[in-house]
Amino acid sequence: MIGIENVEITFNKGTALENRALRGINLSIPRGQFLTVIGSNGAGKSTLLNILAGELKPDAGRVVVDDTDVTSWPVHRRAAKISRMFQDPRAGICEHMSIIENVAIAAARTAPLGFRFAITADIRRLAKERLALLGLGLEKRFDDQVSLLSGGQRQALSLVMATLGHTKVLLLDEHTAALDPAAAELVMKLTGEVVRKLGITTVMVTHSMRQALELGNRIIMLHQGHITVDISGAERASMTVADLLMLFQRKEGTELADDQLLLD
Amino acid sequence: MSLYALVGALETGLAFALVALGSFITFRVLDFPDLTVEGSFPLGAAVVAKLMVSGVDPWTATFAAMGAGCLAGFATAFLNIKLRIMHILASILTAIALYSINLRIMGQPNIGLINVPTVYTFWERLGIPSLYVPVVVLAIVVVVCKVMVDLFLGTGIGLAMRAAGANPRMAQANGVRVNLMIVVGLGIANALTALSGALFAQMLGAADVSMGIGVIVVALAAVIGGTALMPSRLIPLLTLACVLGSIVYRLAIALALSSNSIGLTASDVNVVTAVLVAIALYLPGRRFSLARRSGRAVK
Repeated sequence: MIGIENVEITFNKGTALENRALRGINLSIPRGQFLTVIGSNGAGKSTLLNILAGELKPDAGRVVVDDTDVTSWPVHRRAAKISRMFQDPRAGICEHMSIIENVAIAAARTAPLGFRFAITADIRRLAKERLALLGLGLEKRFDDQVSLLSGGQRQALSLVMATLGHTKVLLLDEHTAALDPAAAELVMKLTGEVVRKLGITTVMVTHSMRQALELGNRIIMLHQGHITVDISGAERASMTVADLLMLFQRKEGTELADDQLLLD
Repeated sequence: MSLYALVGALETGLAFALVALGSFITFRVLDFPDLTVEGSFPLGAAVVAKLMVSGVDPWTATFAAMGAGCLAGFATAFLNIKLRIMHILASILTAIALYSINLRIMGQPNIGLINVPTVYTFWERLGIPSLYVPVVVLAIVVVVCKVMVDLFLGTGIGLAMRAAGANPRMAQANGVRVNLMIVVGLGIANALTALSGALFAQMLGAADVSMGIGVIVVALAAVIGGTALMPSRLIPLLTLACVLGSIVYRLAIALALSSNSIGLTASDVNVVTAVLVAIALYLPGRRFSLARRSGRAVK
């Protein structure tokens, strides 16, 4: 379980650029749930993810993982419970290190190695098993540098890395947005498979209504720092992309109209 | 080149290979341009000299010098991490401060070690010709240190350190304490540098407060030159390249100085070194980046 309670954050407080990115958000994501987060630019999607990951500290409110308050935990400490994939295919890996070295770094996330050797027979076995699931042949390229891989291959590798160990929560930050359509499709498909197989609690930020409906079992929509839509179950199951788009436009539209009224 | 010049180049090259190994860790692994070595090299010399003339056993004194170097590295890490001073500036501040500290330690600008037993004395008693003793001792120390650096970088912490230098955000997301890695890396690097200073002073027969000038450029010449001559992605080969780079550099300098036709004198060494490093840095198609961050990757 991961949740946030009454989280608020404001950027550039007290300046002309003041931006109240999140305005008192409450969200509880039960174990095993796959939540997709949609919203227009600046709605607070990435801010929400960064608060969950620990890269941003909320001005107010708490972040809780499995009944543990992790609000004050820095990123590296939260990494024992939370893993993430970035939008930039270069961000989640070390380009100038080999595939097996990258896997070994990620495998140590929930089980630090200290002064024990990192590349062991166990790691090789684990890497082989998990990389084979991708069907990209990466399990035969252990010693290749990651800089030799395409964007899609890198994100697929990142996916494997992010799901190693006893990860409780997986955060996906528009992780296919920087890929070409075919690679994005592949990585999305792999994401669905891996998450289903491992049953990890997942939060995925996306721009794509279609992705938001295809993957996961709950959708929230952020607008101006608030959660404006939260649908799951039968309501979500019966939804089409057109329905969701309409809902999206209606929510954004009314919100805008409200602001307009306030300005007048 | 005379035999003396050759042996002299070898022993100096080996001594500075330790600084090169340290700078490999800071510059290449951590992506932290650490100029602390300008102060930690003479610090090692100062500590070892002061202790030795006070009657301390030379090996104990040498280990103490390493400890002092390690602390110098911690000081730079503190300035960078806690006071948020830019890495290169933090290291310059430490190096400048160390100049005064070294004077304090020695109580005078230099200490002679001519009639004091050194780490080399023992080996002379074994019957090794005294001319070759420093080369033999330094070669053993360098090999041991190189292998230890290789082994360390293969451990979980070593791999975490490489990730911290290569992609700090990714490292953090994978549970690596990036700041701790900087502390540990700078500590190791400057301990190696102080070890180099301590062994160099014992070889020279004196410690001098100004012996740190230009150490960083010599170390860079070894790291950049060595890895340019021997590009590789494997850590053991990269550290080997640093060691060989240091030796080759000294041999090249000795060769240049011994050939009268070029007209170079000992006082020209620094400008020659700076030019060599500049050329090695400029040369296109260089493939020796280990920890180069993605944004600045050389395609």
